[in-house]
Amino acid sequence: MDSIRKKVTELLESGAVKVVIGYGEGSDNNVKAIFVRKPQDASKLIYDERCVQNLAFYLMKHEVKHMGKRGVIAPLSVMRTVLQVASECQLKEDEVVVLGITSEKELVEFSNLKELETYISKSDLSLPAKEKEIMDKIEAMSPAERWQYWTNQLSKCIKCYACRAACPMCYCIRCQVECNQPQWITAEATPMGNVEWHLMRAMHLAGRCVNCGECARSCPMEIPINLLTYKTVSMVKGNFEVYAGASSTMESVLSSYKSDDKENFIR
Amino acid sequence: MNIEKKLIKPASLEKLVILLKEEGKQIFAPVKKDNLVNFAEISTLQEMTEDYILTVQSAKSVAFPKVENLFDIKTTKESITLTDKNLNEIPEIVLLGARPCDAAGFDSLNAIFTWDYIDSIFVERLKKVTIIGMSCNKYDAKCFCTSMNGNPGDTKGSDILLTKTNDGNYLAEIITEKGKGIADKHSSLFESISDTIDKNKFIAEVPVKFDLKQILENINKSFESDLWVEQSLRCISCGSCAYVCPTCACFDIQDIYNGHEGHRKRSWDSCGFGLFTLHTSGHNPREVQSQRWRQRVMHKFAYMPDRQQVVGCVGCGRCSRACPVDMNLKEHLINLAEEVVK
Repeated sequence: MDSIRKKVTELLESGAVKVVIGYGEGSDNNVKAIFVRKPQDASKLIYDERCVQNLAFYLMKHEVKHMGKRGVIAPLSVMRTVLQVASECQLKEDEVVVLGITSEKELVEFSNLKELETYISKSDLSLPAKEKEIMDKIEAMSPAERWQYWTNQLSKCIKCYACRAACPMCYCIRCQVECNQPQWITAEATPMGNVEWHLMRAMHLAGRCVNCGECARSCPMEIPINLLTYKTVSMVKGNFEVYAGASSTMESVLSSYKSDDKENFIR
Repeated sequence: MNIEKKLIKPASLEKLVILLKEEGKQIFAPVKKDNLVNFAEISTLQEMTEDYILTVQSAKSVAFPKVENLFDIKTTKESITLTDKNLNEIPEIVLLGARPCDAAGFDSLNAIFTWDYIDSIFVERLKKVTIIGMSCNKYDAKCFCTSMNGNPGDTKGSDILLTKTNDGNYLAEIITEKGKGIADKHSSLFESISDTIDKNKFIAEVPVKFDLKQILENINKSFESDLWVEQSLRCISCGSCAYVCPTCACFDIQDIYNGHEGHRKRSWDSCGFGLFTLHTSGHNPREVQSQRWRQRVMHKFAYMPDRQQVVGCVGCGRCSRACPVDMNLKEHLINLAEEVVK
């Protein structure tokens, strides 16, 4: 922790960054995102098991972006998000300093995104055990059971769009669900309206989701929606050997074409 | 009406649920599903859980459903026919196990839906809701009803309020004519109880966190405060807080068509969304999140008291529980008030 605070103090003192987005003590034993702009406030930074929010979201938030160059405390999901949004031209390399945190809670610094890519290539990107267990259960279901499982889960959705708001990859200025001329996706939170919304979102995140779990974590109804997008990512990986959040120069599978793309899924 | 005290045993409450259901009423009560407690329709008392401080979502959907069909539309080449919602089809609902803060929330909602325009659908729905509330015997760090003129055993808003006593029976306070109607009709289930019974022994003691009068006064002066920006830096503009809130009343209206038939529908919305105030011209009067967060708080604590003489918050703390980024309303209110004093 001391090394992180020291580094942040240095970065702010030298003017290398204008703000560092990190974790601080919140209310009632919660952790909250804090935006450190003065070197003396670096002491407010913390890092422990409770620090799970994907702070990369704030790198693109209007108010934070306008502060200037940003530093960000970056556990694995944040590092992957930085690479993914950089590959989608939402963040430039010189706009951000990634203060990586290893699984042993040690600070790891990167002088450029290439170094970050190298680090990611050696990291374990598999699904956490708890999620893998649910995923395996769902995979073992028959299509009818699976449909039942998801319609049950999604019927709880109240369409508060917290999943979309929390997702650093959901940065569209106008989401498709908000287009009403014509109305592609119904605005109502009915069981079928909810399925339409979540399937649309999952499709738009195919090959882009870094499985940070923010969508599920922010869902007030505790729907494990991250598994839907994770599924699309694993399918893209299986078919196109492209994995989200591993490279800052990767082309999006959904918006690029190669003459040797597999076509075996077309039946 | 004077509050009448009765005693109802669990077996009698069980019978009451069955009898009310037989009368054609829908009974909504807290039900545990996938580890979440929310209001759902029940047929027997066994389906209800008492293992909850508050449901995740408020009870507001019984009067303000997340989707409301306002009227039906039929078009032909020559004409358009609009058919109003048949208010007689609105069901009679008994809301069992609503907490006193839930019950109090309907007052704020009603104030909005009957302010300058009387929303007949909302009014009719609320008219058909009978609240059999349940006092709180526990609370958590997010609860602040006692700072909002409420308390865990408050009778305001309920038609009957149940308080579980230490022998497992319920003290039933008959508060309104609606409540009396049920108690009289099923008088055999409501036994007499000593008038001197002290309800306070069985309810939680929620600490008071602030002086509401002071907060309301100070919030009114805080419009230009920089704190709104600072507080909302971490807000991700999701709608969790608004969607679980018992008093948030923002909605969106859309026409949903299927060929020549369609419906005009009202769905929940949130003033925290950028799209909520976006004009067709592209101009947005609330361009950034700090303006939206200020709107949400000021609406509840400044504009509603001014316009409707009611505060738009009951201190249930749901917004702070649901918030994925620890936007703690209670804390923010205190900080804003303190800043104005400085």
